[in-house]
Amino acid sequence: MIRRSLGLFAGLFVLILVVGWLMGLPFTSSRLVEAAAYALIALGLNIQWGYGGLFNFGIMGFLMLGGFAVTFMSYPVNADFWGSDGPMLLGRALLAFAVGVLLVLAARRSDRIGITGRWKAALVVLAWFVAYCVYRSQIDPAAAYIEANAGFVGGLGLNAVFGWIFGGILAAGVAYIVGKIALGLRTDYLAIATIGISEIIRALIKNMDWLTRGTLTVSPIPWPTPLPQDYQADGADQMSALLMARGGYLALAIVVLGLAIWLVSRAYAGPWGRMMRAIRDNHIAAASMGKDVKSRQLEIFIFGSVLMGIGGAMLVSFTQIFDPSSYQPINHTFLIWVMIIVGGAGNNWGAVFGAVLIWLVWVVSEPVAKAIFDTVSYWSTTVGWPAIPDIESRSAQMRVFVLGLVITIALRYAPKGLIPEVVRREG
Amino acid sequence: MTEFIFFINQVVIAGAVLGCIYALGAVGITLIFGILRFAHFAHSELMTSGAFFAFMLAALFASWGIVTPIPTGFVVLPLAMVLSAIFALGIDKGFYAPLRKRGAKPVILLIASIGVTLMVQGLIRLFFGAGSYSFFETETKDVFRIDTSFLGSTRPLVITEPQLLMIVVTVISVLALHLFLTRSRLGKAMRAMADNADLAQVSGINTALVVRVTWVVAGALACMAGTMLALDVTLKPDLAFNIIIPIFAAAIVGGLGQAYGAIAGGLLIGFAESLAVFNWTMVLRPLNAVLPEWAQLPSTLALVPTEYKLTVAFVILVVVLLVRPTGIFKGASS
Amino acid sequence: MALIELKHVVGGYGGAPILNGVNMAIEQSDIGVIVGPNGAGKSTTLKAIFGLLKVTGGTIDFLGENVANSLPDKLVPKGLSFVPQEKNVFTSMTVEENLEMGAFTRKDSFAETMAWVYEMFPVLAEKRRQPAGELSGGQRQMVAMGRALMSKPKLLMLDEPSAGLSPRYVIEIFETIVRVNAEGVGILMVEQNARQALAFASKGFVLAGGQNRFTGTGAELIADPEVAKSFLGG
Repeated sequence: MIRRSLGLFAGLFVLILVVGWLMGLPFTSSRLVEAAAYALIALGLNIQWGYGGLFNFGIMGFLMLGGFAVTFMSYPVNADFWGSDGPMLLGRALLAFAVGVLLVLAARRSDRIGITGRWKAALVVLAWFVAYCVYRSQIDPAAAYIEANAGFVGGLGLNAVFGWIFGGILAAGVAYIVGKIALGLRTDYLAIATIGISEIIRALIKNMDWLTRGTLTVSPIPWPTPLPQDYQADGADQMSALLMARGGYLALAIVVLGLAIWLVSRAYAGPWGRMMRAIRDNHIAAASMGKDVKSRQLEIFIFGSVLMGIGGAMLVSFTQIFDPSSYQPINHTFLIWVMIIVGGAGNNWGAVFGAVLIWLVWVVSEPVAKAIFDTVSYWSTTVGWPAIPDIESRSAQMRVFVLGLVITIALRYAPKGLIPEVVRREG
Repeated sequence: MTEFIFFINQVVIAGAVLGCIYALGAVGITLIFGILRFAHFAHSELMTSGAFFAFMLAALFASWGIVTPIPTGFVVLPLAMVLSAIFALGIDKGFYAPLRKRGAKPVILLIASIGVTLMVQGLIRLFFGAGSYSFFETETKDVFRIDTSFLGSTRPLVITEPQLLMIVVTVISVLALHLFLTRSRLGKAMRAMADNADLAQVSGINTALVVRVTWVVAGALACMAGTMLALDVTLKPDLAFNIIIPIFAAAIVGGLGQAYGAIAGGLLIGFAESLAVFNWTMVLRPLNAVLPEWAQLPSTLALVPTEYKLTVAFVILVVVLLVRPTGIFKGASS
Repeated sequence: MALIELKHVVGGYGGAPILNGVNMAIEQSDIGVIVGPNGAGKSTTLKAIFGLLKVTGGTIDFLGENVANSLPDKLVPKGLSFVPQEKNVFTSMTVEENLEMGAFTRKDSFAETMAWVYEMFPVLAEKRRQPAGELSGGQRQMVAMGRALMSKPKLLMLDEPSAGLSPRYVIEIFETIVRVNAEGVGILMVEQNARQALAFASKGFVLAGGQNRFTGTGAELIADPEVAKSFLGG
C-alpha cells in the first residue's frame, strides 16, 4: 500500500517536471501554488465526506467567503468610506438587523405568554417579515449611499494571513448555520441544500456592491509574502524575482497545508477519529451507543469548511483579484469532488494527491486539446477539408468534458480512489 | 384595471410559463428518484441537450425550406423528444447501469450524474461554443396583445405565441402523463416500483423494462421543458444548468417520488419567483393620491430585488425541508 | 413427478451459506408447512426458490425443470407466486391496482381471476378503490394473497402469513389458505404458529441449521414427541 502511494507520488512528481518542461517555469510555479491551495480545500472535503460521510455540494460558497474575507482584511483602507456617513448608516443597519433578530427570537418564544399552535406559527412568520422589512429599510439606503459616495467599504489593510484566518472563521460561522439547518437531512437533500446555500452566498456577494464591489471586482489584493516587484526593486532580474516571490508564496502555502495535514491526521488517529468512523459507517449504531452524532457531524462539517475558507482565501490573495462572477459550480465545487473521488476519499494523502493531479489535468487539458485540434485541423486542411473553427474557445471547453470523463471512469474502475482509505482494525 | 392587467402580465403569465418549465423538469427528476432512488443531477443536461436536438432539427427544417404555421421548435418537438429519450437511455446504459449492477449506493450514482453533467456540457460547448442561439432567427415570434380597454384598462394583455403554446402543450402532457400512470399497465408498474421495488420484483414485474420506460418518459419531458425554455428565452449551453436548483426545489417541495407533487411544486416555485420580484408600486400607485406626502410609495417596492430571483426557490426549499421534510405530497422520507 | 422438488439446496447471501442441503417435495394438492427455530433458514428457503438469493448447490425442479437462480419475472409466468412477510402491498395504490400488478406477467384477460379473488375475499371487493395502505393488517394480508393469486399460480408460497395478526384473523387466513388449496393451488408456507399450521398441513418440514431435521405429514410431526419437545414448545 505504502509502496503504491510512493510510486503514485513519484509519478506525480515526474508529471510536474514534464509540465514544467513543456509549459515553462512561470506557468508551472503558478499552478503549483494553486494546487497547494486546492489540496487544502480537498483536505477540507475529505474531512467532511471521507471521514464524516457528509455531502457538501456548496464548496463554491465557502471559497467565496474565504475570498471575500481576505479581500476585506488585506485590501487598503478606503478613506472615502470612513470619512463619510457610511459607517453611521451601516451601524444603523446593524442595529436594525439586531432588532430583527430579537423580534424573531421573541416570536419563537411566544408560547410562554400563551400563544401556541397556529397562532405562534403565524406570529413567527409575521416577525420574520417585519424583521426583513426593518432591515431592508435601513440597509438599502445605506448601500445606495456608500456606492454613490465611496464606491465600497474597502479593506482593513492588514496582512493577508489575517485574511486567511478570517476566511476560516467566516466559513466556520456559515458552516455552523448550514449544519444546523441541513445536516439532519438525507444525503440527496443535503446535496441540494448545500448547493442552494452556496448559490445564495454567491448571489449575495455578487450583488452587495457596497461590501464587495460585486462584478466590478477588487484588485490588486496584496500578498502575504513579498511580490515579484519587491524583489525587482531590490535589483533581482524579472525571472528570478518572479520565481523567488512565487517560491515564497508556495512555501507559506505548503506550511499551512502541512500544518493542516498534521492536525487532521493526529485527530483522526485518536479517539475522535475512531468515533467519526463509527458514526460514518453506522450512525444509528453509534447513536445507540450514546454518541452525540449530531454535534460530532456539525463539528466535522465546520472543521472541513474552515479549511475550504482558508484555501479560498489563499487562492484569491494569490491571483490578487476578487471577482465574484468568476466563481462557477463546475470550477469550484465539482472540481474538488473529482479530486477527492480520484484521489481516494478517506485518505488525506489521497486527497492531496488527487488535488494536485486533477488540478494539473484541469489546467493542461486546454493546451493539450488545442494542440490536438491544431494538428487535426492541419491535416484536415491539407486533404482539402475545412479547418476546425474557433479552436481557442473550443479547447477551453474541453477541460469540462475531460473532468466529467475522469470522474465517471474513476467511479467505474477505481471506486475507492487511487490511494484508498486504509481500513484499520479497531482494537 | 390597468394595474390588474399589469399584474397578470408580470405575475400570472410569467409565473405560469416558468412554472410549466419547472414542472416538466421536476417530473422527470421525481420519476427517476422514485424508481432508481437517486437524485439525477444531470437532468439539466437532458433538458439542454434536448433543446439542442430540437434546435438542430428546426435548422434542418428551415434549410429544407419547410415553413410551418406555428414556431418550428414546436413542430419538431416530438422528434426531438424521441432523440432525447434515446439519449437518456444511452446515458443510463453507459454510466448508471454498470454502477447499479455493482450495487453502488445512490450517492455514488449522484456523483456519477455530476460526471455526466460535466461531459454532456463539455460536448455541447465543444460543438456549439459558449454563445447563445435563437429559434427565431428566420421566423418571427408572434406576440398577442389582447386589447383590454373594455375592462377600462389602458394596457393590453401580452402573451407571446410560444408562451401560449407552451402552456397548452404542458397541460396536454400532464394529462397524458396522468392517463399513462393511472390507466396503462406500464404506468401502473412504474408507480408500483416507486412504491415498493422489492414487491414489484416479486410480483414478476420486469423491473429492467420499467427502468427503461422511466428514462424514456423523463428524457422526453426534459427535452420538452428545455426546448420550451429555449423558445421563450434563448438557447445556450448552460440553459438548464442555471435552473436545476429551482427544479430540484420543485421536486422536493412536491415530495420526491410524487409525480403530481412535482407539477404542483413546479408551479408553486414558478409563481413564487415571479411574485417575489414583482414591483408592488406599479399596482399600488393609485394609493399615492390619497397617501400623505411623507408616506408616498417608493419607486420600487418588491419583496426581493430581481438579482436574487433564483434564491427564492431555495428559501422555499429550506422552509419546506424544515417544516415538512417529506414535501407537500409526502414523498420519500428516509 | 412432484410439482416442486428441492434436492440438497445450498445457498445464501454471498457469505457463508445459510441453507446447507434442504430437501422437500410438494404436490399441487399439498399444503406444505416449514417450521423451525429462528435462523433455521425457513424464509431463506422460500427466497431461494424465488431467485431472491444465490443458490450455489443442489437443484430446484419446478414441473421437472431446474429453476434455481431464475428471477421472479421468469418464475411467475411458470406458475410460482410469493407473498413476502412484510411490506407485501403497494400502499399508495388501490386494492384493485394491487391485484392488477399481480397479473403483470399475464398476456390474457385476467377479469375472471379478479372476480375469483373478490369472491374469495369479499371485503376486498368492497374496498377495491381504496389505497391498500389504509387497510387493516388482516385486510392487507388478503390483498397480498390476492395479488399473488392473480397470476393463477400452481404453487403459492407464503412467508409467515399470520405474523402480527390477531387470533381471529389468524384462523381466517388459515381457512382461506385451505380453501385456496382446495381450488387446486399447491401451498408452501413458513409459519411461526407451528402447531396450528401443522394441524392442517399435508406435508411438514422441520428445519434447523439450514437442513431438514424432520419430514412427515403434519399430523406425524405433531405426534412425534421429539419434534414436539424441541420445536413445538412441549
